[in-house]
Amino acid sequence: MDFEFFVNLLFSGLTRGSIYALLALGYTMVYGIVKLINFAHGEVYMIGAFTTLIMVSVLTILNLPILAIAVIAALVAIVWSAGYGYTLDKIAYKPLREAPRLSALISAIGMSLFLQNYVRLAQTSDFLPFPRFLPTVRFLDNYDGLSSSQFIIFTTTTVVMVILTIFIKFTRVGKSMRAAAQDRMMATLTGVNVNKTISVTFLIGSVTAAIGGILISAHVGQINFYIGFLAGIKAFVAAVLGGIGSIPGAVLGSFVLGLTESFGAGYISSDYEDVFAFIILVLILIFRPSGILGKPAAQKV
Amino acid sequence: MEVLKELRKSLLLALWFVVLTFPIMVIRVNTITDTIEWRWERAILMAVGSFVGSFLWKFLLARQEARKSRQTAKGSSEASDDGASAQKSLTERLLARLGWTRDTLREKKVAIPALAILGAIVIVFPFVTSIYQSNIMISALIYVILALGLNVVLGLGNMLHLGFAAFYAIGAYTYGLLNHYFGVGFWIALPLGAAASAIAGILLAIPVLRLRGDYLAIVTLAFGEIIRLLLVNLSGITMGPSGVKSISRPGLFGLDLSYTQAITYTYFICLALVIFTVFIVHRLENSRIGRQLVAMGEDDIAARAMGVNTSRAKLTAFALGAVWAGIAGVLFAAKTTFINPDSFKVWDSVLILCMVVLGGMASIPGVIAGALILILLPEYLRVFSDYRLLIFGAVLVIMMVFRPGGMIPKRRKAYKLRPEELQGSAAVPVGGGEGDAP
Repeated sequence: MDFEFFVNLLFSGLTRGSIYALLALGYTMVYGIVKLINFAHGEVYMIGAFTTLIMVSVLTILNLPILAIAVIAALVAIVWSAGYGYTLDKIAYKPLREAPRLSALISAIGMSLFLQNYVRLAQTSDFLPFPRFLPTVRFLDNYDGLSSSQFIIFTTTTVVMVILTIFIKFTRVGKSMRAAAQDRMMATLTGVNVNKTISVTFLIGSVTAAIGGILISAHVGQINFYIGFLAGIKAFVAAVLGGIGSIPGAVLGSFVLGLTESFGAGYISSDYEDVFAFIILVLILIFRPSGILGKPAAQKV
Repeated sequence: MEVLKELRKSLLLALWFVVLTFPIMVIRVNTITDTIEWRWERAILMAVGSFVGSFLWKFLLARQEARKSRQTAKGSSEASDDGASAQKSLTERLLARLGWTRDTLREKKVAIPALAILGAIVIVFPFVTSIYQSNIMISALIYVILALGLNVVLGLGNMLHLGFAAFYAIGAYTYGLLNHYFGVGFWIALPLGAAASAIAGILLAIPVLRLRGDYLAIVTLAFGEIIRLLLVNLSGITMGPSGVKSISRPGLFGLDLSYTQAITYTYFICLALVIFTVFIVHRLENSRIGRQLVAMGEDDIAARAMGVNTSRAKLTAFALGAVWAGIAGVLFAAKTTFINPDSFKVWDSVLILCMVVLGGMASIPGVIAGALILILLPEYLRVFSDYRLLIFGAVLVIMMVFRPGGMIPKRRKAYKLRPEELQGSAAVPVGGGEGDAP
């Protein structure tokens, strides 16, 4: 077990962690306000990747430079994914805001199943090659521990996190999001339009999910309709690990999960890669249900 | 003006959906030949579909609103929070057309001939139809058992269990492996499979005792995946992804059965087990354990305050649910004589969930109907078999939004208050009310 192997695992773990973080943000923000596991969140990530693939293929006709195509395609995909996130909230969750939580949860699972099969039927169930359009970063040329796509994933994730933090901390909408997460009723009473805030939350969550989907697909190089489900579940695990409802917690949890998976797969057995995430989930729920950074919630009677 | 406004809204909505689904519906990329296929007809289809759909959606929403407000107007204090209690079930409305009420069905005059006819059809079925039909019916019956098992956890205990297929797998693999390595027969494996599954159920329940709702759903889902991954990866024991082959069919006192006879025999075993399951689950519903579960499902803390040992109730629910899944698993292994981990994915758990939700949580006839519909309909409507999962997903959402009680909502046992003074409805609830599925 040499050092290079360790570094490789470290970087691959950080890559996974970044992607989980981009996804987990959506889970944790939605959960914070609506108290709902948005099972269809992983599907938005998958749709982001599919839309990008389609747009790249369409734009190739225009003979633009590859980077321009990639940027336009990614922007279109992000906008469209946000549209999907917004719409699925309106259809599947909004009518159930006052219903028992179980109903909303079942509805979320239904939506996830629906979107997966919608893409499967409208597109294909095969794996599609995804264009590796991420540019190469020059200064990494003579260092092979960290690939340039990994580097781009880290930087993008960091930038997104910083923007999001600023957004939530300092803007009006961000403030209303925090208010709604704290107490929906009270937020309404103080003049926050909670419905609009929830829509914005879904939009932001979908945008970060789509960014994650595009980045990881360009890194891995292939997609199919099923990629969103497992990624979504794991990102949720990451969000729980960090403390659901807490944004820094989601990021921390994602990196912990990504590194655990990567090292577990590297040093123990790659067959059980997926099992690690679930074992962590069970352990964290037994010993610290509120997560690493979460506050233990007292049950009101 | 009102109509025009609605029309404009629906048009805009249709436009929104066309634009939204445009990249995925219309454009299709062939990555091998690098060609792009434009399927414009789909955009038009989408436009028309969402236009009509939006009206349907609005109509259904309005109807539900009206129902809700009618209920509040009636001043019934026990308006259940999902608005399901005012719903009359489909069967009830159907019966009302015939001038019957729900109670007519319980009268001996009606019930006995109806049951006799049903029984006759069910018994004659494998003899008058082909093996193919019997096989389909066997899988439908297996799913009835599974759905009734999940109903104990989901319907009574109100706990969302997304790893149910894992217990099904444990039952199937118990029989498959015992048969493969030790030649154990069906009848010995049946209780063993149920026991193994129940033990797994308890093992799962212990760590999740403190969890509720969403966390429970995600942990059970994780559990289901862990079991499946173990089945795939422990290839030394389970033969991995290629699965266990040539499992023996159920034996009948050592007689040699032909293929047709074996299928017929399996059919009757399934039938008997379904009847047994219905009997037990029905008894369970009104038993002490069942009532404890319902109380816990409705409010954990209130139930504990009333002296319900919720930990034990949870363990019991998981174990009991798992028993039926284990039995169904053994039956499945005996029916197909071949099992592999692919039959026990997350979406199989969701399919079982879909049956319970479609039929009506906690309602035994509802769950049976749900299972039969979801298995038989796609078999007979082959055209739709590709769209099966798409439709299931939509069914889950639509049922939750418009009919959270399911097709045949659960009726809580209601006690009559001097029936001679009442007109109209057959039973007036006291206290607990006519609340449906929790």
